[in-house]
Amino acid sequence: MDIVVIIFLTSGLFLGWALGANHLGNIFGTAVGTRMIRFSTAAAICSVFVILGAVFSGGGTSETIGKLGPVNTLAGAFMVALAAAIAVWIMTRAALPVSTTHAIVGAIVGWNVFSATWTDIDSLIKIMIGWILGPILAAVFAIALFYLTARLLRIVKPHMLFLDAYTRLGLILAGAFGAYSLGANNIANVVGVFIPASPFVEFQVAGLFTVSPAQQLFLLGGIAIAVGVYTYSAKVVHTIGQGLYTLSPVSAWVVVMAHSLVLFLFASEGLERLLAHVGLPTIPLVPISSSEVIVGAVLGVAMVKGRHHIRWGMLGRIGVGWAMTPALAGIACFVGLFVLQNVFNQVVYDSARYQFTPAAIERLAHAGLPRAVLDRLNGQSFYSSAQLESDVASSALARRDIAQLIEAARLDPVKVQPLRLGPKEYARLTAGQIHAVYKLAGQSFPHRWLFAEALARESADWRPGPDPVLDKARNRALRDHIDTLARLFREN
Amino acid sequence: MVQSAKKGRVQMPATKDFALFRRTRELENEIDEFLNKISEGGLAFRLGVQIYMNHGPTAEFEEKLYHVNSLENTADTLRRSIETKLYSQTLIPESRGDVLGLLETMDSVLNLMEGALWGFSIETPDVPEEYRVDFIELTDRVVLSVDELVKAARAFFRNIEAVPDHNHKVMFYEKEADKLSTKLKRAIFGSKLPLPNKVHLRSFVESVDNIADQAEDVADRLAIYTIKRTV
Repeated sequence: MDIVVIIFLTSGLFLGWALGANHLGNIFGTAVGTRMIRFSTAAAICSVFVILGAVFSGGGTSETIGKLGPVNTLAGAFMVALAAAIAVWIMTRAALPVSTTHAIVGAIVGWNVFSATWTDIDSLIKIMIGWILGPILAAVFAIALFYLTARLLRIVKPHMLFLDAYTRLGLILAGAFGAYSLGANNIANVVGVFIPASPFVEFQVAGLFTVSPAQQLFLLGGIAIAVGVYTYSAKVVHTIGQGLYTLSPVSAWVVVMAHSLVLFLFASEGLERLLAHVGLPTIPLVPISSSEVIVGAVLGVAMVKGRHHIRWGMLGRIGVGWAMTPALAGIACFVGLFVLQNVFNQVVYDSARYQFTPAAIERLAHAGLPRAVLDRLNGQSFYSSAQLESDVASSALARRDIAQLIEAARLDPVKVQPLRLGPKEYARLTAGQIHAVYKLAGQSFPHRWLFAEALARESADWRPGPDPVLDKARNRALRDHIDTLARLFREN
Repeated sequence: MVQSAKKGRVQMPATKDFALFRRTRELENEIDEFLNKISEGGLAFRLGVQIYMNHGPTAEFEEKLYHVNSLENTADTLRRSIETKLYSQTLIPESRGDVLGLLETMDSVLNLMEGALWGFSIETPDVPEEYRVDFIELTDRVVLSVDELVKAARAFFRNIEAVPDHNHKVMFYEKEADKLSTKLKRAIFGSKLPLPNKVHLRSFVESVDNIADQAEDVADRLAIYTIKRTV
């Protein structure tokens, strides 16, 4: 493995560490705060399940992160993760529960600004809706769970000592579930930006299952989170446990359970497939903030039990922390990228160029974009997506149309040279896929999508599935393969 | 269903044998046992006073005194064991202080009953015929208040919503005992008995009535603990 890759990965691990340091509080803070579970027990359970969740269910949310800002060089990814980690670390030092999601989104927007990349507002809005929906949903779940639990206890009437024993068990199970969901939902924040540059190769474990490069990256991130949990999380655990609202052990369980359910809803690809399968609307898989969700759940319980016990000052501090995190991460990222580029001479972004080739114009016309705009753009070139966006700003185009313009015009010239295929590609691609590549030998494509379309014409193995949810895994794998080929066949 | 030999308590075999909850079950039994001792103490105390009023300080009376005395010793041992377990196993962290307070004050109710009986045994007061019925009635009311307190304490562990009902009855019997003790004292001091006898008798009325007062104090604490414990 390239030593440079390892050095660059460290910032992702730093972010993982910061996430672990900050998020154990969300999951077990209430349990430790009410002295129902020892800190060491909480840390051990959390570490194990975060890693499991990251490896086996991670990835669902990484796509949304990828869409927000296509951080396309390793040095850039390094800085994005580092800036986010610094922001999270500062907040953790101040003993405030902070959102890694806010931090990474802030950092990516910082990268977008620095690289003059147009920020995909739709993805940003999707994420932000998740941020608002998450805590509200958590509060609703907490209220419902609270009433259900109170009702159940009234019927069952357990002895105080047994209630205590069951609550402990419940806290451990709900906490393990929460840690799993956290790993699944938030691992993309930690190492998501490194996926395109993953230095690992696929391998099999005892012939039972294969571990993909992304999963190995997730494992590494999960371990970093676990280290953070062990080394630095005690302070935030106590803020959540006692700072915001004093919870009884049973309501602590309600809070942890509501938090875990919400996180799971926003991370589970399995659930998404199930919903799509029975024809129900799906929940967007966005990385949501575990911290916001837990605060939502605590407030939900507080609303049922009496609002006068809420420590509003603490709530205010938490709110300020959330607002400051993305700003801090964004600024840190911008400054860091500047330093990295100008002092250390690193390529922090792949400066993409945009050209409205006849093929691009035809595609856009087909997609129904106004002819007048396309006629004006025909043949024009731009040096950044931001420049393109400001050029068409006066045309009153919808954001979706702008995203289409950018995608269609992006230059990514490839010349298909099958001889460059290595053993790794031969192992991953199907015979049909490789055959299609050979058929296109020698042809050049100015755009990535043009290349993908040509491949799809040559072989059914390259055709994406029609359903955005049910065929998600297949389509993602296809995109990954095309990315690999595009890197391999890149024309300089 | 399995009947445990000792107390006739009905237990589910599944939970009884489930290792994770075995210690919890043991502790639950100890708490039940402790509360049994208090209510048993009340019954023995009532019998003791009845015997003294009807027959004087007989051997049978002494036997009741020693019965209460041994109950008090067992209750002390149980209480210490429960307290140690609660803290060493960090059980019910939110409520263990309250449980501790409850057990200690309940224990003092038993102490007061024992103390009153010792008073009769050592000082052998001469209770004139006309006060004996009221003395027995006063003891009945006091013991009723202790009984309700034990029920309230059991409810605190198992059925928190029932605590106020029992507490309410503790208060009721305590008031009834107060009324009767005032009536008795008035009658004693309005009589032609020599003053030393009057003072002596009054101290016995008070030593019995104090038990109900203590029961009421415990019930007051219990009311607060209950508010703290609602989910």
